[in-house]
Amino acid sequence: MNKPISRLFVVVLLMFVALVGSTSWWTVYRAKDLDQATANHRGIIRAQKIRRGTIRAADGTVLARSTRDDEGVYHRTYPTGSLFGHPIGYSYANLGQTEIERQYNDDLTGNKDAITTTFDQLVGKQKEGDDLRTTLDTKAQRLALDEIAKVGQSGAAVALDPRTGAVKVLASTPTYDPNTITDPKVLTADNLDEKRKPLVNRALQFGAAPGSTFKVVTATAAIDTGAYSPSSTVNGDSGVKVSGVPLANDFNQDFGQIDLKTALAQSVNTAFAQVGEKVGKPTMKEYMERFGFDRKPELDYPKNSMSASVVAPDPPGHAVSPTSKYVDVGRMSIGQGGLQATPLQMAQVAAAVANGGKLMKPHIADRIVDRDGRTVDRIEPSTQATVMKPSTAAAVRDMMVAVVQTGTGKNAAIPGTQVAGKTGTAETEFGTKINDVWFIGFAPAENPRIAVAVTVKAVTGFGGDFAAPIARDLMESLLK
Amino acid sequence: MSARNRELFALIPAALLITAGFAAVFLSRNDLLGGLSGTNQISNVSLTYGAIFLGLCVAAHLVLRVTLPNADPYLFPLAALLASFGLVEIYRIDDGLARLQAQWFVIGLGLFTATIVFLRDYRKLERYRYLIAIGGILLLILPRGFSPVNGAYLSIQIGSLSVQPAEFAKIAMVIFLASYLRDTRQLLVTAGRRFLGITIPPVKHFGPMLVIWGTSMLLLFFIRDIGSSIMFFGAFLAMVYVATDRLSFVVVGVGLFAAGADLVAGHIGHISDRIDAWKHPFDPALLDKLQGGSYQLAQGLWAQADGGVLGQGFGQAVLRLSDSKDCVSTVNCSLLPAPHTDFIYAVIVNELGLVGAVGLLCVYLLLIQRGFKIAMLARDSFSKLLATGLTAVFALQVFVIVGGVTKLIPLTGVTLPFVSYGGSSVLANFVLLALLLLISDRARRDATTAP
Repeated sequence: MNKPISRLFVVVLLMFVALVGSTSWWTVYRAKDLDQATANHRGIIRAQKIRRGTIRAADGTVLARSTRDDEGVYHRTYPTGSLFGHPIGYSYANLGQTEIERQYNDDLTGNKDAITTTFDQLVGKQKEGDDLRTTLDTKAQRLALDEIAKVGQSGAAVALDPRTGAVKVLASTPTYDPNTITDPKVLTADNLDEKRKPLVNRALQFGAAPGSTFKVVTATAAIDTGAYSPSSTVNGDSGVKVSGVPLANDFNQDFGQIDLKTALAQSVNTAFAQVGEKVGKPTMKEYMERFGFDRKPELDYPKNSMSASVVAPDPPGHAVSPTSKYVDVGRMSIGQGGLQATPLQMAQVAAAVANGGKLMKPHIADRIVDRDGRTVDRIEPSTQATVMKPSTAAAVRDMMVAVVQTGTGKNAAIPGTQVAGKTGTAETEFGTKINDVWFIGFAPAENPRIAVAVTVKAVTGFGGDFAAPIARDLMESLLK
Repeated sequence: MSARNRELFALIPAALLITAGFAAVFLSRNDLLGGLSGTNQISNVSLTYGAIFLGLCVAAHLVLRVTLPNADPYLFPLAALLASFGLVEIYRIDDGLARLQAQWFVIGLGLFTATIVFLRDYRKLERYRYLIAIGGILLLILPRGFSPVNGAYLSIQIGSLSVQPAEFAKIAMVIFLASYLRDTRQLLVTAGRRFLGITIPPVKHFGPMLVIWGTSMLLLFFIRDIGSSIMFFGAFLAMVYVATDRLSFVVVGVGLFAAGADLVAGHIGHISDRIDAWKHPFDPALLDKLQGGSYQLAQGLWAQADGGVLGQGFGQAVLRLSDSKDCVSTVNCSLLPAPHTDFIYAVIVNELGLVGAVGLLCVYLLLIQRGFKIAMLARDSFSKLLATGLTAVFALQVFVIVGGVTKLIPLTGVTLPFVSYGGSSVLANFVLLALLLLISDRARRDATTAP
């Protein structure tokens, strides 16, 4: 009977070899694949036992911090509540990470130092996340949210330093409080709120018609190519046919033969529609792309959380190239005709003019700081595009100064500081008096330190009356 | 060196493992608590557990030294090594459970001693074989009177105590089969007619075997658990094979079982659910299903993937869902369901990696090798068959649960012997160990006294 016993042992041996094989399959061959499965929450749970870095505003105000409970698990809190809900996002085990929390996840969890980590793990050292210092300005952010809320139900504001691309304000209203989002009821309610859409960051998502603020782009294309100068004469009469359909000025006003500078200051639609038609679609496309249209912004932000600014006429009802046959170039040149721009994009338009034609890459992060306060990484300013010649920038700047001094943007004037700007009023529903109001601008005009874009949705009135004062207050606050 | 001294030395690895294990768990908890008050208490507790466990091992060794001086010297230390593996993991999962498990070890060692003392001549078991067989079947059917757990009738809930009669039934069945096959093995081989190269034994002798096949089919049907059926029928086939040395019996047996299982499985929703989960563990629809889904299996596989080759280290696996602050024990709110019983292998792989898992499987294999060695050394057929059966049922149990957790075969809930938490499992396996040691002692005593 001993022979079958030893054969039986061989069978058992083979069975155990199979067990080693199947264990190896999961621990070696499929390990990476399984570790990254979305339904597998181990990574996030483990990350909760790591001190996640603190996120701070430019002045040091804590925007996001992790505190440890008795179990050794860190919980994320957002001391400024809804103030920075949009730009910062959130990080929770069950919900994952969004926005800046997601963009800088590796730094905040300490995953960046991968080589030291393996060694640290062997000696049992706990991984630690680095802190993130942003360029965001607490006071101006609050001001932007408060003032937009006074004027309308929803809107957004963006403020940049045109010299570096540093984002000072990224405000969108209605807001949400990232501290409450862990409650599934709140999250569901916010997600289903089709009217207010509090989770949508209007500064970066869902572009809208920028109206007359887009005339700055048209003017840049016209002057930079040499086709026009600020003193070129243009026809400002109302009712001029554009693409075969008559276009009217505000209050149906006829301006007669005026120069380009006056046309911008008085925001004459017919004049700029004709300029756009003369400049032509290929040139408009070229300059729009230099300003950053037609692709996702180069902001240090998750790409999924940002929209490209595009022209999407109806028909065909989706984004097309500005050279497409569907595009009414005249109406596009005055910010209509299906043009959809985000406040960030329009702030970049202002910033490019402000910085002598050189557009800087926008960024929210300023530096990564380790626990001992050493700067690990600093975000250096870099050029995104050279949009126009310095001479063109100077000419457009002077035209924008005239808008604030003598034109539609008088409400943006700051005593003692020269402000350059452009108003915008986009009709959302034809025939009603309800508009999306806009203002873009920068200050001080001769040596710009701040560029802004402000928009408020569904306002009965004009950009010069409702958006310009908010932009003025923002610039004033940020210049202090 | 005498067998018993070798045994004493062989206990050293278990002692080292338990010391290192508790120290590692202590360190990782200390790290977690970051010097909060009460950390010293943990260190005291973990040291106490280690000391109690080692004390128990030495006590059992002394029992063996007195009662079974010739028994195999490695069997007990290997079991102790497995138990220490388990105790550390259970302590790491929940220290309250580790205390209970330690209590079960005390009772288990008591039963172990009692078995050795009262069954010194274990061959008298043969006289009660039918009584034992009926007892075994009753034990198996008993849970039918209670409500099923996860669809299977495997355990009885008495108060807070959960008893798994199948753990004891497996020993009863092996004793009966060993005794029955000893009588009929010659007849099964010689008295049959050959047909197509297959020996067909006379119905008179073949009948009881069909009864066993029928029993295991009924088992599948009644307790709704493929794992235990594979364990019982597999052990039966192993014993028939050893008794007759005829592969044809095994082939026919496997065929019959497969046919029967296919038929029965199709009619029991819970078993086909298990097979679906086994085929597609990561299917989102099955993953989210509350009952009969693949959540547990998928979590187990993720835990193993998380472990990788070297593991995350003792005490480092992600077990607790940190969002649920209000749970009292890790067991109730574990990311991985049943981490202390069915899925303890996944936790071990998570913490010690492939390397630790292979180590654990090697310990099992060494223990199984000792079991078969004892069977080979035994002089009489009953002892040989008993040792073979006990070892085979033990090996199959490891295969069924580890194979289930690693998705080699459909998952069924049996314990990992000596490692998993569970009173029934600990007690039954200590009895199994005692029987093997009794057989070994007799075999080696005969060998040394024979000229």
